[in-house]
Amino acid sequence: MTMMKRVESVDELKALALEMREDIVKMICAAGSGHPGGSLSEVELLTALYFRVLRHDPKNPQWRDRDRFILSKGHGAPALYAALAHAGYIPREMLMTLRKLGSPLQGHPDKRMLPILEASTGSLGQGISIGIGTALAAKLDQLDYHTFVMIGDGESQEGQIWEAAMFAPFHKLNNLTVIVDNNRQQLDDFTDVILSLKPFAEKWKSFGWNVEEINGHDFGQVIPALESARANKSERPTCIIANTVKGEGVSFMANNVKWHGVAPKPEERDAALKELEALKV
Amino acid sequence: MNPTASMKATTTKFELKMGKATREAYGEALAELGRKNPNVIALDADLAKSTFSATFGKEFPGRFYTVGIAEANMVGIASGLALSGKIPFASSFAVFLVDKGYDQLRMCVAYPHVNAKFVGSHGGISIGEDGPSQQSVEDLALTCALPGFVVIHPADEHSARALVHRMAEHVGPCYMRTGRAKAAVIYSPSDTFEIGKAKVHGDGADCAIIACGFEVGYALQAQAQLEEEGVSVRVLDMHTLKPLDDAAVAKAARECGAIVTAEEHLLDGGLGARVAQAAAKSHPVPMEMVGVRDTYAESATPEQLMEKYGLTAPYIVQAVRDVLKRK
Repeated sequence: MTMMKRVESVDELKALALEMREDIVKMICAAGSGHPGGSLSEVELLTALYFRVLRHDPKNPQWRDRDRFILSKGHGAPALYAALAHAGYIPREMLMTLRKLGSPLQGHPDKRMLPILEASTGSLGQGISIGIGTALAAKLDQLDYHTFVMIGDGESQEGQIWEAAMFAPFHKLNNLTVIVDNNRQQLDDFTDVILSLKPFAEKWKSFGWNVEEINGHDFGQVIPALESARANKSERPTCIIANTVKGEGVSFMANNVKWHGVAPKPEERDAALKELEALKV
Repeated sequence: MNPTASMKATTTKFELKMGKATREAYGEALAELGRKNPNVIALDADLAKSTFSATFGKEFPGRFYTVGIAEANMVGIASGLALSGKIPFASSFAVFLVDKGYDQLRMCVAYPHVNAKFVGSHGGISIGEDGPSQQSVEDLALTCALPGFVVIHPADEHSARALVHRMAEHVGPCYMRTGRAKAAVIYSPSDTFEIGKAKVHGDGADCAIIACGFEVGYALQAQAQLEEEGVSVRVLDMHTLKPLDDAAVAKAARECGAIVTAEEHLLDGGLGARVAQAAAKSHPVPMEMVGVRDTYAESATPEQLMEKYGLTAPYIVQAVRDVLKRK
C-alpha cells in the first residue's frame, strides 16, 4: 500500500496553508453562507494532519489501515474540504460548489454525499464518541491506525463531550487523539462570556488524558504535538489544546465574533485575498 | 386520561399461556449471534441485567462494553464501531436509549445510514411500578421518524428471537422494542419471521385487528370473545412498524372493511397512525385505535395499568363493536 507523500518542508506547508485560506474565503463567498472564522482557525492543524501526520492514501480512501480523521465541529467543513482537495481526494474546482444543490460539499460534512468522509457531523458534541468507536474497533482487530477528532472549545460545553472524555482513558484508548481548535469564540460571543471552559487543560487532565497545549498556528509546535500523539505509547488518550485565532489570516475577520457564520461579500473576499497574497513569500 | 366510559372492561375467557419476556429472548438471541459472528459487539448503558445484554456479556466479555450511564456516548460509539465493520447491538431502557440518544441516533446512525442495531427494553406502560419516567410511550413514533430505520416490536419470545437474527442479517440501522413483563406465547420456535411481513391469525372478514407487542395477545383474546358473539375477525401481528406491510394492510382493509389497531404506545405517530396512513392510500375503511391517549401513565401493577389505560382485550372487543357500527 502506498501512502500519501509527506511534505517535509515547513515553507511548503505554510504555502499550502495560505492556499487553503484563499480557498476557504473564495468558497464561502461563492456559497453566500458558511463559517469563515472557525474554518480559518483550523488551517495549520489540518495542513499538518493531511500533509505530514496522517497515514492515508487519497487513491484508496477506504484503506482498512488508514488513520481516521473526524471533524466533530462540522461547521468548519470548508477547511476540511480545502485540505481534501489539496491532498487529491476531490478536484479543487469542486470547492466552488460548496452548499449548492447536488454538491458533495454539503454545508456540514455529509457522508452520504461524500463517502470519503469518516462521519457526518454538524450537531455538536458527537465526534469523540464516534472516534471512540473506531478506536475500539482498531483494538479489537489489532490494527494500528490512529483516530484523530477535532472539536471546538465552544463545542466542549456539550455534555456528551465529557461522557466521551470519561470513557476513552478508562478504556486506555491511546490510539485516540482529540484536537481542540481553541479559538475562544462561539456564535454569540467569546466562550469566556457565554460559558467559560476554564480551567480547560485541567479538566482534560483530571479526566485522565495526556494534555498538551500548543499554538495551533505554529507548525513548529503543531507537528511535534500531532506526531507524538500519533506515536503515543502511554495508556492514555491524548488531548491537544491548540490555541488558535478565529478568522486567522484575515485582519478584519481575526478575533471578531461577527465572522462566525457570515459569508464575505465580493469586496470583502477581494480584500481578504489581497491580504493573503501579501503573506506569500 | 382514562378510556371513554363506553369502553367498559369485561372479562374474556380465552386464557394465554405465559412464556419468557421478549427482553430475555433478546439476550439469548444475541448470544447465538455472538457464536456465529465475531463482528457482533454489544453495548449497554448500565442496564445490562435488565435488558439481558448481560447474557451476551457473560459469554463474550471481550466484545461487550458497558459504557456507564451515558446513552448519547453509547450511540456514538456504536456508530464508530459500525463504520469500522462491526455489527454493534446497543441496548438500554427504550425511554433512555431513544429519548436521550435521539440526536445521536439521527446524526450518527440514520443520517449516514450505518449498520448499527438498537434494542430498547421496558417499552410501554406494562413495566408497572417504576412509573412514567421509565415507561416509554413514544419510542416507536420517534424511531419511525428516522429515515432508513427498521422498527420492530415483537409479540413473544419466539418472534423476538427470530427477529433479532433478521436484524443482524439486515444491512442498515434497526430498532427493536422489547418488554419487561413475561409475554404470552403465540408462536413456536419453528415459526419464521421476515422484516416487514405481518403474521396473520385467522381469516375472519368482519374486521381486522392490527396489533404489535403485548397487544397481539390481547387481540387474540378479543378474537376468541368476538367469535362467541358471532363476529369473525382476523388478527395481524404487525411486528415490523417500519417498513410497514402496506400490502397486508390493504388486503385486510379490502377483505374486512373495518380495522382496529392496538398498541402499547401513544396514539400519536404509532402503529395506528401508520396503519391509517397506509389504508388511506390503498383502501380507506372505518378505523378505531386502541392505545395510550395523550397522557403519561403512573405507578401500579402492569395488569392494573393495562386495564386503567384501556389496553386490554375487552377494550379491543369494544373497539371492534364500535367500528362495526360505522361500516
